[in-house]
Amino acid sequence: MPFDVLDRYLRPLRHGRATSRYPAEAPDLSPASRGLPALDAAACDRSGSCAAVCPTGAIKLESDGWRLDAGSCLLCDACVAACPTGALGHTGEIELATRRRSDLVVLGEPPWAVEGGAAGKALAEARALADANALATAIDRRLGRSLHVRHLDAGSCNGCDWEMSALLNPYHDVTRFGVDFVASPRHADVLLVTGTMTRNLEEAAVRTYEAMPEPRLVVAVGACAIGGGVFAGSYAGRDGIGEVLPADVLIPGCPPRPEALIQGLLLLADRWVPRG
Amino acid sequence: MDETRAGACAQVPASGLAEAVGRSVAAGGRYAMLVGLDERSLGGAGLGLEAVLVGPGGDLERIRAAVPLDATGYPSITPLVPAAHWDEREARDLLGTVPVGHPDPRRLVLHERWPRGYHPLRKDVPVGARPPLADRRFAPFEVHGEGTYALPVGPIHAGIIEPGHFRFSAIGERVLHLDPRLFFAHRGLEKLAEGRPLAGATPLIERACGVCGVAHGVAWASAVEALTGTRAPARAAWARVLLAELERLYNHVGDLGSICAGIGFGSGAARLGLLRERLVRANDALVGHRYLAGIVVPGGLGRPLDAAALAALPGLVADIEAQVAAAVRSIVRSDGVMARLRTTGAVPAETAAALGATGVAARASGIDADLRRDRPYAAYAELDVSVATAASGDVAARFHVRAQEAAASARLVVEAARRLPVGEDRVPLGEARAGEVAIAGVEGPRGASWLWLRAGDAGTVDRVRLRSASFANWPLVAAAMPGNVVPDFPLINKSFELCYACTDR
Ligand code: SF4
Repeated sequence: MPFDVLDRYLRPLRHGRATSRYPAEAPDLSPASRGLPALDAAACDRSGSCAAVCPTGAIKLESDGWRLDAGSCLLCDACVAACPTGALGHTGEIELATRRRSDLVVLGEPPWAVEGGAAGKALAEARALADANALATAIDRRLGRSLHVRHLDAGSCNGCDWEMSALLNPYHDVTRFGVDFVASPRHADVLLVTGTMTRNLEEAAVRTYEAMPEPRLVVAVGACAIGGGVFAGSYAGRDGIGEVLPADVLIPGCPPRPEALIQGLLLLADRWVPRG
Repeated sequence: MDETRAGACAQVPASGLAEAVGRSVAAGGRYAMLVGLDERSLGGAGLGLEAVLVGPGGDLERIRAAVPLDATGYPSITPLVPAAHWDEREARDLLGTVPVGHPDPRRLVLHERWPRGYHPLRKDVPVGARPPLADRRFAPFEVHGEGTYALPVGPIHAGIIEPGHFRFSAIGERVLHLDPRLFFAHRGLEKLAEGRPLAGATPLIERACGVCGVAHGVAWASAVEALTGTRAPARAAWARVLLAELERLYNHVGDLGSICAGIGFGSGAARLGLLRERLVRANDALVGHRYLAGIVVPGGLGRPLDAAALAALPGLVADIEAQVAAAVRSIVRSDGVMARLRTTGAVPAETAAALGATGVAARASGIDADLRRDRPYAAYAELDVSVATAASGDVAARFHVRAQEAAASARLVVEAARRLPVGEDRVPLGEARAGEVAIAGVEGPRGASWLWLRAGDAGTVDRVRLRSASFANWPLVAAAMPGNVVPDFPLINKSFELCYACTDR
């Protein structure tokens, strides 16, 4: 029917802008939206209730400090609900991507003195992945503002992957950043990897990476890809992709929201300006 | 909930399991699942298999057989009841129960490279053991003959799709046979759950699937509540309906958009994609998570629903329902689109029934089944769940059934929000007795998802099995392909819209 065809073209004009203004504006979250919990260390009674309920062991209370590994955190707020003193608070902090695994470990502030030695131990515990700063800058120079991205599901629950799909809807519309999802690793600059790196998929994952032209970048998307998430310790997979692929940027979350994925991609392209 | 607590279990010898299951199906029973067990954790001597069926009156039937630890095996159920074919292969890989006479004895969950004799769900195998893999290759089923060729696709695909390998045998463009190979996303979820406290395994169970988390969560919560003699508060029961229908709604709206994307109809895909985004943002406002994780827990609700978001929900959902209806009308009026959907990927009713199809895939082939109506849980007994069906079993039928279900879900969301009782969100759990079994079936966005749970010592999980709707329906995708052209596979696949994650676990 001609009217329908016409409607299809006129609809966008009638409805105006559907696309979010992220990152120029902060992510449009609701009060309930869960982000990384924040500790008010002065109010903490060190009961350990938070660590006891955490489903992934992301919180560690040691004699010399409290630490939260954002890389394992599901942003579930279970620790916030369990905290007897209100020291742990709900936040909407979701822009958590970093270049190094160790940067994801948040250390509690005094009253516990956090000494260099203890922090060093935390860093050793978290498998340190290579610092890609120099490489990313080189790639930025070479690739300019456009990133061609290939998705690789290495055994996820499909949550991260659906958020990646959401990047392509008119609200998030990631193509406005010059980011394009491509069909083949041969066309890709970046591999966005979700999942724990299952043993059944490992061979195909490595071959996908090897099929990419150099320079090539890897992003670990979500708690599973960073450290195994809820599936850590299984016979069926690795505890994250880092044992197999070199991650240049890590994006926490379970799953990371589309805005968090955008932040990670911008960080990768050296185009992320931290919010002041 | 009491209806979840599994009733009596008939014991049969391993040699008679297949016949007993076959008799039950012949008497009108619907095959639900097969669960492989290692009985040694509870004082038994070897392995076990339990078949679960839904009798003609909606009651559960359980048939259990002891199976020896060695490779003697038992006569396969599949020749009599084809719907058991993947279940039997899975139990053989994970536990070592050998189905003698199975028509397709290839490996399923643990691919060829895994060591022979390694069965991770056996109680004497540690969860973190990662045995070295060998260099053995997958033996695909291919059709050979003049003019035939094989086309391998995946496991890594061109779009943002989960991993799976598809081996097409074709003449020209026409598909003769499709051999799907899944379980690339096998994460060992069931083994990881063993030994965990019943109260604490929820985040793991709901991550069987990122977009069916409420379905798995409700099944899990119902089963744990049955084992611990806990009755979730009325507010939680109604909230579970609300959340389950929100899950169905955003999935169905997204899936209708994916069907458009599957034929390159960009305006339909963009329009429905935007509506899906509005729905997941509404989820986020209500519970703080776009895919509704962390809200359904044993004992009730894991957190309160956001009051302002709840108040705004009926208006928002009614508006989205109207916009989805308008988008669907515009799609259905487009002859170019409908010509692609009609007669494509048709599954006859007999095939769907024999393979144990469920959900939209079954209803689009004329099977009138829906657990919300047939075995009501949460607060569904107090609601009128209309079940949409279609006869033609093709992509168009699945599109229409899904569109009708989306509209019905929107109305159920509005009604559940209106009738949501005031009261407590959560009650403490009682104690579970080791060895007791609960079975829960939930109608998720993709159909009936079953969860079988047995308590271990001190309130832990002894064994849990999730048999998702996607697990039941994958063989249907293969059955829908012969006679169609290879380029229609993405469309046919999307019209089923199955999860790999739910299937592979
Ligand atoms: S938010 Fe959840 S996953 Fe993250 S630290 Fe707290 S309890 Fe652990």
